[in-house]
Amino acid sequence: MINYTEKIPNNVDLGRDRVLQRALEHWQPAFLGWWYDMGPTESRNYDVYLRTAISVEPDGWAQFDYIKMPEYRWGIFLQPRDERRQVNFGTHKGQPAWQDVPGEYRSTLRRIIVTQGDTEPASVEQQKMLGLSCPSLYDLRNIFQVNVEEGRHLWAMVYLLHRYFGRDGREEAEALLARRSGDTDNPRILGAFNEPTPDWLAFYMFTFFTDRDGKFQLCALAESGFDPLARTCRFMLTEEAHHMFVGETGVGRIIQRTCEVMKEKKLETPSDVRALGVIDLQTIQKYLNFHYSVTLDLYGSDVSSNAANYFTSGLKGRFRETKLEDDHVLIDAFYPVSEVVGGKIVTKNVPALTALNERLRDDYIDEIADGVSRWQRVIDQAGIPFRLTLPHKGFHREIGNFAGHFISPEGEVLTEEAWKKHEFEWVPSPKDYEFVQSLMSGRVAEPGKFANWIAPPLRGVNNQPLNFEYVRFN
Amino acid sequence: MDVAVSQETKTKPAGVEYQTEPSRYKHWRLSFDGPIATLTMDVAEDGGIRPGYKLKLNSYDLGVDIELHDALQRIRFERPEIHSVVLASAKNRIFCSGANIYMLGLSSHAWKVNFCKFTNETRIGIEDASRNSGLKFLAACNGTTAGGGYELALACDEIILVDDRSSAVSLPELPLLGVLPGTGGLTRLTDKRRVRKDLADMFCTNQDGVRGQRAKDWRLVDEIVKPQQFAEHVKQRALKLAELSDRPAGAKGVPLTPLKKVTDDAGLHYESLDVQFNKAARTATITVRAPESVSEQTIEKALAAGAHWWPLQMARELDDAILSLRTNELELGLWVMKTAGNPDAVLAMDKFILSHQDNWFVREVLGMMRRTFARTEVTSRSIYAIVEPDSCFAGTLLELALAADRIYMRDTQEGESTATMTLSEMNFGSLPMVNHLTRVAARFYQDANHLESLRRQIGKKLLAREALEAGLVTSAPDDLDWEDEIRQAIESRTAQSPDALTGLEANLRLGPEETPETRIFGRLSAWQNWIFIRPNAVGPSGALKVYGTGAPVKFDWEKV
Repeated sequence: MINYTEKIPNNVDLGRDRVLQRALEHWQPAFLGWWYDMGPTESRNYDVYLRTAISVEPDGWAQFDYIKMPEYRWGIFLQPRDERRQVNFGTHKGQPAWQDVPGEYRSTLRRIIVTQGDTEPASVEQQKMLGLSCPSLYDLRNIFQVNVEEGRHLWAMVYLLHRYFGRDGREEAEALLARRSGDTDNPRILGAFNEPTPDWLAFYMFTFFTDRDGKFQLCALAESGFDPLARTCRFMLTEEAHHMFVGETGVGRIIQRTCEVMKEKKLETPSDVRALGVIDLQTIQKYLNFHYSVTLDLYGSDVSSNAANYFTSGLKGRFRETKLEDDHVLIDAFYPVSEVVGGKIVTKNVPALTALNERLRDDYIDEIADGVSRWQRVIDQAGIPFRLTLPHKGFHREIGNFAGHFISPEGEVLTEEAWKKHEFEWVPSPKDYEFVQSLMSGRVAEPGKFANWIAPPLRGVNNQPLNFEYVRFN
Repeated sequence: MDVAVSQETKTKPAGVEYQTEPSRYKHWRLSFDGPIATLTMDVAEDGGIRPGYKLKLNSYDLGVDIELHDALQRIRFERPEIHSVVLASAKNRIFCSGANIYMLGLSSHAWKVNFCKFTNETRIGIEDASRNSGLKFLAACNGTTAGGGYELALACDEIILVDDRSSAVSLPELPLLGVLPGTGGLTRLTDKRRVRKDLADMFCTNQDGVRGQRAKDWRLVDEIVKPQQFAEHVKQRALKLAELSDRPAGAKGVPLTPLKKVTDDAGLHYESLDVQFNKAARTATITVRAPESVSEQTIEKALAAGAHWWPLQMARELDDAILSLRTNELELGLWVMKTAGNPDAVLAMDKFILSHQDNWFVREVLGMMRRTFARTEVTSRSIYAIVEPDSCFAGTLLELALAADRIYMRDTQEGESTATMTLSEMNFGSLPMVNHLTRVAARFYQDANHLESLRRQIGKKLLAREALEAGLVTSAPDDLDWEDEIRQAIESRTAQSPDALTGLEANLRLGPEETPETRIFGRLSAWQNWIFIRPNAVGPSGALKVYGTGAPVKFDWEKV
């Protein structure tokens, strides 16, 4: 028997909810089993300086202390309920927000929640090995923080499945623990979550690009007319911000370190830069191209009847739906999408309802562009004449209107042959990966020390100094 | 199309009442002579159940058919000494000219579909009585026998047509109205009377029909008789048919007293069952109550109870409820089937009925249950059965669950009062569906091993997990899941397209075995209902719409 409130911090009255308790009695041990199997390698006995959310109050969602990760208190938190909240878009606009699953939308909602939930454990699996090659205790602690919080986000989605979807909800929750990232027979649902995260540059890129997709999806779901989903996602967003911080500063620190070395040694040729044990900016650009394009695919087809149905039925809104100034029904609205016609990229207006994936992707691209320009500033401040650029939206795409076309980063439509000729100028080659991994052959475990290829951060975690022992290996 | 739809009346008329009795008949006369009953059709022109048309030439509408249905019931129960029934006409040189065309032209699609379903069930009921109750039917076609009139004759065991050189049997629906003979005529020409397909084709595309010797040669009628000998010949044949009957000679009938029924905004309330409307959710909850006690039954007690004997009362009330809901509550798209009471009382009743089937009354009651339950599978409503701790889905009443599209059973915690389901011998032969299979046999595609294992569980009160294991239950949510699971199952059903659900249910409910009945409710009705919404029938210049106006019919010649 589990002491629920002690072991599982929550604001859903778990102690008195027999439905949830019964479901968790089976699922909680299964989750721990999954964590032992698929959580960070060799980490079981480490003391990690982690933050834990123990309530949704300002002082409660970030409590710092040393914790062994299997003992992390994965909790269940929803943003407090607003009694007046309504469905804010689609055909049910103006009705009170649903507190129970409308039977009509049960299977659709379940699919949305399962798809979102599946990404959370997937990224932990993808990052399983990285602890063995961490560039510092600070970074090791950060990846563990990301990992336990992805675990908590899994709990958040599982809470919805357990609480609102009966037996099939419980079965889906089990299945979330059963799929494995990259397993051919039993893969995670979305393609990008079956790609390996082979090195720390890939990890930072992933947290910057792909976790930000997670943020945008959560933002869209935080608008949902199904109130428990909306409230769950709102609280998840507070944690998601840290993951993107880890990504943005991680890439930024690598760029900074490369620039420092280039400036100091007055070198620009990539091979010379590499010879000094840092990652050349050209390789960073290739990683950027790869992660950006793979993440754009996660938004789905440019024209999607599913997206239209989700919106019309009030299940998934747009980014900042309630801040937008239109009718929130979109029956008569149009939105531009690109496609390739006769070797040219053209734009055409399609019914806005069908273009909601594209619209969310465009909102995402705007935010990404800001982050990339902050990285550029690091390069500019070093006085190095190199420009990091976002490739064209159609580059290296496998889903949507650009799938099957060969678009260069500049947006030219090429033949397959021409594109393949340049492929490894644009995305990392096996040799590039080999080089990056060669820099990360072992872990840096001494407090305050940082690997040569990355700069220290500006400040430590929770006002602790940089030489704080963020992880104790015991 | 659009025009046809917009012409349909949007305001809801008063509900149709299916209960009647001979003193209130407008269109039929029922007379008795020894072992023969004569049901004489004499349709009152101004007696239509809806305004706007005259029932000329012994044409009929739903009201005429409700009386026919009632008359047949009364012969079955109130007149056990009757062994054969003559269907006759009081009109000179007209037997019956079929469903009233003006009525069809004015009716909404839903009304036409319902009307055809009910008339089909009544004619299938005639054949059921011949097959199971020893009541033989003779159509005395004294004159024009057209369309639905000929289809009524086709439902009888024998058809005698007057041979006066002008009276014909015909199915003029197609050439005259651009629709099908939809009351089983097509099916009975082939399946029952084995009319060669090319002759049937000639017959069905010629509005004048076929008379005299040719009608007999083509197997359309059994005999042709000169007008002078007609009446006497009919009587002699009816007496001959009566000899085939095994109904008793001196038994006393059981009067079918009026049902005690209250209709209000909340629903339909009877003595042994209750129907609760939930108009917002678009559902109707039908709760059938078990007999009051397990007291010992005897034939004498059953006869004394008569119309109040539980199996008869329950079946009559359920029959009336089904017909009322079908006709009057079109938007209540999901029926939630519940039962309440002591399952042992139902099982005891089953045992009694099955061991006294040689008694005419018990046999009729069983037939009434069989026909009533058989209406469920051909009803265009989704049906969920809900099995809870206080329900009594046992034997006869288990059939109501087995007739449902899904069965939800509450898996209650040990020690508390539990939901159970119980099979009885009644589930293995006496209550077949329109495909002539029992519901368990149809459910398991006649898998002998599975049926044998079910038989071994007769009388055992199956708990949810056992019922699930036995394949008798769709889903067995436990106490914690129950309410939300049921709510969502209902909401998700009622949100889906009613048309597509009707099509789906019609496909899934009856399985692969075909009988004339399934062909009527499936192939014939589905095509007819398609034709009924096509412009060639109901468009502004469609054949059904312009009939009798003199305006030309305009077809869309594209053959689809």
